[in-house]
Amino acid sequence: MRIALFATCLGDTLFPEAVKSTAVLLARLGHDVVFPPQQTCCGQMHVNTGYQREPVPLVSNFAEQFGDPSIEAVVMPSGSCAGSVRHQHELVAARYGDAALRAGVAAVKTKTYELSEFLVDVLDVTDVGAYFPHRVTYHPTCHSLRMLRVGEKPLRLLRAVEAIDLVELPEADACCGFGGTFAVKNAGTSSAMLRDKMDHIAGTGAEVCTAGDSSCLMHIGGGLSRIKSGTRTLHLAQILAATRTAPHVLTEAAR
Amino acid sequence: MSTATGPSARGTFLGMPAVPPRSPYGTGHLRGERTFPRAAHDELGNEQLRRNLGKATHSIRAKRLDVTGELPDWEALRDAGSAIKTDTMNRLPELLEELERKVTEHGGTVHWARDGIEANEIVTRLVRRTGSDEVLKVKSMATQEIGLNEHLESQGITALETDLAELIVQLADDRPSHILVPAIHRNRDEIREIFLRQIPGVDPALAATPAELAAAARAYLREKFMTAKVAVSGANFGIAETGTLSVVESEGNGRMCLTLPETLITVMGIEKVLPRFQDLEVFLQLLPRSSTGERMNPYTSLWTGVTPGDGPQDFHLVLLDNGRTAALADTIGREALNCIRCSACLNVCPVYERTGGHAYGSTYPGPIGAVLTPQLAGMHAAKDDPNSSLPYASSLCGACFDACPVKIDIPSLLVELRHQHTEQSGTTAEKLAMKAAATVMKQPKLFTAAQRAAGLGRVVAGRSGTFSHLPPPFRGWSDSRDTPAPPKQSFRSWFASADGAAAMRAAAQDGARHTDDDSQEAQ
Repeated sequence: MRIALFATCLGDTLFPEAVKSTAVLLARLGHDVVFPPQQTCCGQMHVNTGYQREPVPLVSNFAEQFGDPSIEAVVMPSGSCAGSVRHQHELVAARYGDAALRAGVAAVKTKTYELSEFLVDVLDVTDVGAYFPHRVTYHPTCHSLRMLRVGEKPLRLLRAVEAIDLVELPEADACCGFGGTFAVKNAGTSSAMLRDKMDHIAGTGAEVCTAGDSSCLMHIGGGLSRIKSGTRTLHLAQILAATRTAPHVLTEAAR
Repeated sequence: MSTATGPSARGTFLGMPAVPPRSPYGTGHLRGERTFPRAAHDELGNEQLRRNLGKATHSIRAKRLDVTGELPDWEALRDAGSAIKTDTMNRLPELLEELERKVTEHGGTVHWARDGIEANEIVTRLVRRTGSDEVLKVKSMATQEIGLNEHLESQGITALETDLAELIVQLADDRPSHILVPAIHRNRDEIREIFLRQIPGVDPALAATPAELAAAARAYLREKFMTAKVAVSGANFGIAETGTLSVVESEGNGRMCLTLPETLITVMGIEKVLPRFQDLEVFLQLLPRSSTGERMNPYTSLWTGVTPGDGPQDFHLVLLDNGRTAALADTIGREALNCIRCSACLNVCPVYERTGGHAYGSTYPGPIGAVLTPQLAGMHAAKDDPNSSLPYASSLCGACFDACPVKIDIPSLLVELRHQHTEQSGTTAEKLAMKAAATVMKQPKLFTAAQRAAGLGRVVAGRSGTFSHLPPPFRGWSDSRDTPAPPKQSFRSWFASADGAAAMRAAAQDGARHTDDDSQEAQ
């Protein structure tokens, strides 16, 4: 399948390892992975902060870059960016776009996927041949959970990983407190939510906390780093991309 | 609503001007004194509050999941509730007129109040007419919203709350912090202290057990029920088809108020109307299960006008707008009027759980309050209006949307209100930054250059590879989180490099080899 990878602005710039893993994983599964180089950002930060005029060029660029009919699927290692493309681009286009943008947005929306739902729903695989001999706990990010309804899909993928010791995270579906600019505008409340999330993670004794969104992991990882916790954060794609022949070495930088 | 079927076209709807009125600034309880982040800051420091709230919300949450999970048609009920409410809002004017007609036919009197000031004046006038200087109250959000108790007090009339939690709040000279459990922020020991201090003649040996505390309150209230001449209630539902009003409650104190006094005055927000009597079938299932986690609430009182020789002989219904037509006029935001005040969204909200209800500064706290309050009372362009901060008091995690029995898309409404706020607030530093970010991000060349520039941050970050202190406005963020410096190479430059190409080729070959192995095994 010809798959266009959307790196997301955060993944591209700050967490390239998560995106590399996504690319490598999809190639290993036998797909033709392309990277439209003119891509930038989905505009979610703008919309969620209250700006719908400003991201029009971003929404328009996304629809243009990924609108090519030869692209069968647009895949991204982020539930929140996939949620933005599926739920917010239409909102922006309806309010400030022209007919062409509305049509473009509607066309791209139907072939846009977050990584775990693409693997399970479209490719129909749960065992991706990964090997990861570590104790791992999984945090379902809010937008994957409630905007995309990925449900058990990431867990099914993780359970199929060879040698993994997967432990359940208490109160897993509680928000970590990131919420984009929420963590800046309401930093105190966000920190209180993060503290509880970190306590639950510590209770599992996991070496790694994984999730499908680099943004939430940046928040959780930033907190764990500050308290000098031994637990690392790693994107779901990095675990799924690790194999016996190319294992992930936990001692290297988590991103 | 400026369409041909809207109230403006009808001309007479609530005497409504061309621009629907908001709740007047400076009256009632739809605006706090501080912005949400400031108020939350103090509440976050209150460990006792955090424990009380955490315990209470977790227990209600679990109960709610139990009793909603056991209904096979729960999702269908939610859809029905949502559909009935949406239909109601779409033809609110005609339903309200029908309600007025039916109430009047049954011997009640209907009053229309544009805002809290008018409603307070109407109620005061009605109480004065009875010659009483004391009124009993059934827990009512609408009268809290308009500050009725305070207004009555200024007119020399004492209002006594009879809902147990509401009584605790009133005796403590405190404010409610939850829609359904107004004293959720108090624990048993605190309540015992309040009773010992405020209830005349209470037994000094009073134990901090629910039974003894309830008994003390009961003894205090019983005497009032037997002597009061007038009561003021809210209404959970008003049925247009029959003119029936309804209050649902847990303690029976409400029923005492609704049946014993000679005069009953009900203050109801205009959005509480339901078209048909049969609609109660849906809402009397949705409400208790969502709010208290009970299959059914202990007391449901229904009354239609007056009945000679039975119950109050003088009944008045005050229909309150106070910003509701302004919310109705907002084609996106009107969905918030579907709210049945069950408080399920508060109990699942991680922000409410940590900050409590007082941080929201309004009668309506939590996620729905963050939507409803700015809609009813506006977000005044003055940038220090606390209501402008409410739409941002959410991480948009969506737990509220999942819990809402009438499926109000609260996260989307919050995003919409944020948008309305930024559109109204002129040029700000944030808006300029957002424009600048969009300018950079719409041009891949500029974006790539910015990525390279960001990479220079590695020098500043030093050997740790992280930033532990960031300048404003990110200072709050860096108080408790390290931030990674951008790595040497962005994904796009790796993918375009020889290394990237080699890694992708190797992955493809690795996959192909495994596929071959699998097919050989299969043979």
